Amino acid sequence: MAASMQFNLVSPERSLASLQASAVQIPGADGDLTAMPDHAPVITTLRPGVLTVSGEAGETRYAVTGGFAEITAEGTSVLAERAVPVEDFTADMMAEIMAEAEAVAQGAEGAAADAAAKTLSDLKALGEAVGISA
Amino acid sequence: MPSLKDLKNRIGSVTNTRKITSAMKMVAAAKLRRAQDAAEAGRPYAERMNAVIAGLAASVGDSDSAPRLLAGTGKDDVHLLVVMTAERGLCGGFNSSIAKLARAKALELSNNGKTVKILTVGKKGREQLKRDFADHFVGHVDLSEVKRIGYADASGIARDVLARFDGGEFDVATIFYNRFQSVISQVPTEQQIIPAAYASAEDEGGDAALYDYEPSEEAILEDLLPRGVATQIFSALLENGASEQGARMSAMDNATRNAGDMIERLTIEYNRSRQAVITNELIEIISGAEAL
Repeated sequence: MAASMQFNLVSPERSLASLQASAVQIPGADGDLTAMPDHAPVITTLRPGVLTVSGEAGETRYAVTGGFAEITAEGTSVLAERAVPVEDFTADMMAEIMAEAEAVAQGAEGAAADAAAKTLSDLKALGEAVGISA
Repeated sequence: MPSLKDLKNRIGSVTNTRKITSAMKMVAAAKLRRAQDAAEAGRPYAERMNAVIAGLAASVGDSDSAPRLLAGTGKDDVHLLVVMTAERGLCGGFNSSIAKLARAKALELSNNGKTVKILTVGKKGREQLKRDFADHFVGHVDLSEVKRIGYADASGIARDVLARFDGGEFDVATIFYNRFQSVISQVPTEQQIIPAAYASAEDEGGDAALYDYEPSEEAILEDLLPRGVATQIFSALLENGASEQGARMSAMDNATRNAGDMIERLTIEYNRSRQAVITNELIEIISGAEAL
C-alpha cells in the first residue's frame, strides 16, 4: 500500500494546494469521508465544512463552501468553489457567505428551500468548527 | 501652406500623443501578464470540471431523467446570446469583432424564425448592438467597477442566466467572447452553454467509468451543471480579459509607431519650410543690394 497520494485543491481562481498527503478528510454531501491511498474511485459533492489534509508537514485545515471531490487510488482532487485555510478564514468572510446563503434560502420554495436550509445549517456548523459564530 | 508656428505646434501635439499611447501600451502589457496568469491559474479547475461533467454526461446523458440543463427543453425557438465585451475602447478591433459575430448570429437566427434575446456584458458591446437590436436586449451586466475579474462575477452572471432558464425565458444560450491566441491574434468565439455541449471525453472513458458516485450520478450532475455554466462563463471572462489587454497592447503599439512616422514627416516639412523662409530672405537682401 502506498504511503501517500497526490492531493490537489483547486478553486476557480487558482490552485491552492498540490502536495503528497497520507489522508484527506472530506465533508461529503452525504457525510464526512476520509480518502487514503488506494481508495476506490469515488466522485462526491461537498457540503460546506472543513477539509483536513494530513501530509508530511502535518495537518492543514481548509474551510470549503461547496464543489466536488474526485478520489482515485493515486490521488485526490478537490474542486471547491471557495476554499480558504482555516487560519485565514475571517468573520467577515463568514458573514458574506451567510448573507448569500440566506438570500438564496429566502427566495427558494419546496425542495430548493430544504436544500437551502441544509446549506445554512452546514454553514453554521462550519462556523462553529472554525470558531466563528455567525 | 501651414506656417512654421503651426507646424511646430502640430509636432508638439503628436509628440504628446505618442507619449500617451506608448504609456498605454506599457500599462496594457503589464495588465496582459496579470490577465494571462489569471487565465492560466483558472485552467486546472475548468479542465477537471469539464472532464468530470463530460464523464457523467456520457453515462447519464441518454436517459430520460437527464437534467434539463444537459438535455435542453426539447425546443430551440428562443435563443439567448450572451455577448461579452470590454468596458473600455481603444483596443483595436476587439469589441467590434465580437459584436460582428454576435450580429451575424442574431440575424441568422431571426431569419430562421427564431426569437433572439441578448444579454450584454460590458458596455462597449451594448453600444455597438444598440442600433440594430435594442429591442432584443433583456439585460446588461456592468463590470466597469470590477478591477480584477473574480469567480464571484462569473457566478453572478451564471445565476442570472440560470434564473432566466428556469423561468422558461429561453431554450438555448450561447456566449460570445474572444479567445486569446496571442498578443496579435484574438479569435472571436461562440460557445453554447445551455444545453451543455460537453465534448464526449473518449480518452477519459477508460477510468471515468469505474467511479462510485455519492450521492447518485443524477444528483451530482444536478449539482455540477450550474457550476459548469459558471465555470465556462468564468473562463470566457478570463480569456476575454487577456484578449482585451493583448488587443489594446498591439493597437497602442501601432498608434505609437504611426505617431513616430508622423513626427518624422512633419519634421521634414518643418525643416523645408524654414529653409524656404531663409532662402526668401536671402533673395530679398541680395536683390535689395543689387538695386543700389
